[in-house]
Amino acid sequence: MAFGAPLASTDTMPIVSPGFTGRRQSPDVQLPPGQYLAEDFPVLTAGPTPRVTTDRWQFTINTEAGQRYDWSWQQLMELPAEKITTDIHCVTKWSKLGTRWKGVSLDVLLEDVETAADYALVQSYGGYTTNLPLEDLVDGQAWVAYRYDGDELTPEHGGPARLLVPHLYFWKSAKWVRGIQLLLEDEPGFWESAGYHDYGDPWREQRYQGD
Amino acid sequence: MSHVDGNALAGDLREIFAVDLTVATGQCSGCGYKGPVASLRVYQNAPGIVARCPHCDEVVLRLVRGRDRAWLDLRGTVSLEIPLP
Repeated sequence: MAFGAPLASTDTMPIVSPGFTGRRQSPDVQLPPGQYLAEDFPVLTAGPTPRVTTDRWQFTINTEAGQRYDWSWQQLMELPAEKITTDIHCVTKWSKLGTRWKGVSLDVLLEDVETAADYALVQSYGGYTTNLPLEDLVDGQAWVAYRYDGDELTPEHGGPARLLVPHLYFWKSAKWVRGIQLLLEDEPGFWESAGYHDYGDPWREQRYQGD
Repeated sequence: MSHVDGNALAGDLREIFAVDLTVATGQCSGCGYKGPVASLRVYQNAPGIVARCPHCDEVVLRLVRGRDRAWLDLRGTVSLEIPLP
């Protein structure tokens, strides 16, 4: 499988990983190297928590050619949504299994977008950014998620909506997402420009530059 | 409140620099505010340490510690005035 990172689902039991030496994991749970199992949902933040109300919320995709595609909250709600059950892996070494989300697939949002871009810079309310190849946002790998565990997504966890790209370290799943700039050339985001890995595959333990 | 003050930077910066940078006077590139590094708003529950201007919240310093390296990003800082013994 590409990048060796299966999209996790609780529908299938993971295989036993006899070589894993993390702490607190059940013997039948496979985690990426260096990760431990978190029971809670830690809140990480690089700044003040943005408070964005849904009447002011907007999601924008800008293409490399300067074309702009906008969605209001109401328009997002009218798009077909999916329920996603997935494992998530934070670069600070906690993993959480079987998290349940609801959101709109990026396949839906990108469906009518004309672009020749290979890269995406994801932008958030509050100024956070993160970059990833456009191919990692399509084919059922990424969502704009607005519900977590049956409830509205709280501001602490990125509400009203956050990106969800669970096959990469969770810093790529930008909280308070407000848009995507499509780019012909890669442009590092907030953490990627300060030492963190450009791609961030947890199964290859791509934490820092050079990993 | 999820941040602490800039004195929290002392240990990590001491590992890199020979002097205590928390008493240095920094200037924010966002608003021009000048003040001691110790006055910054520091967010530690993150993949790295993020220090923001107490006046405009601009990111003035980011410090990421890897296994055998550290990355210090100061693009939000115009200058640091460092007292010397």
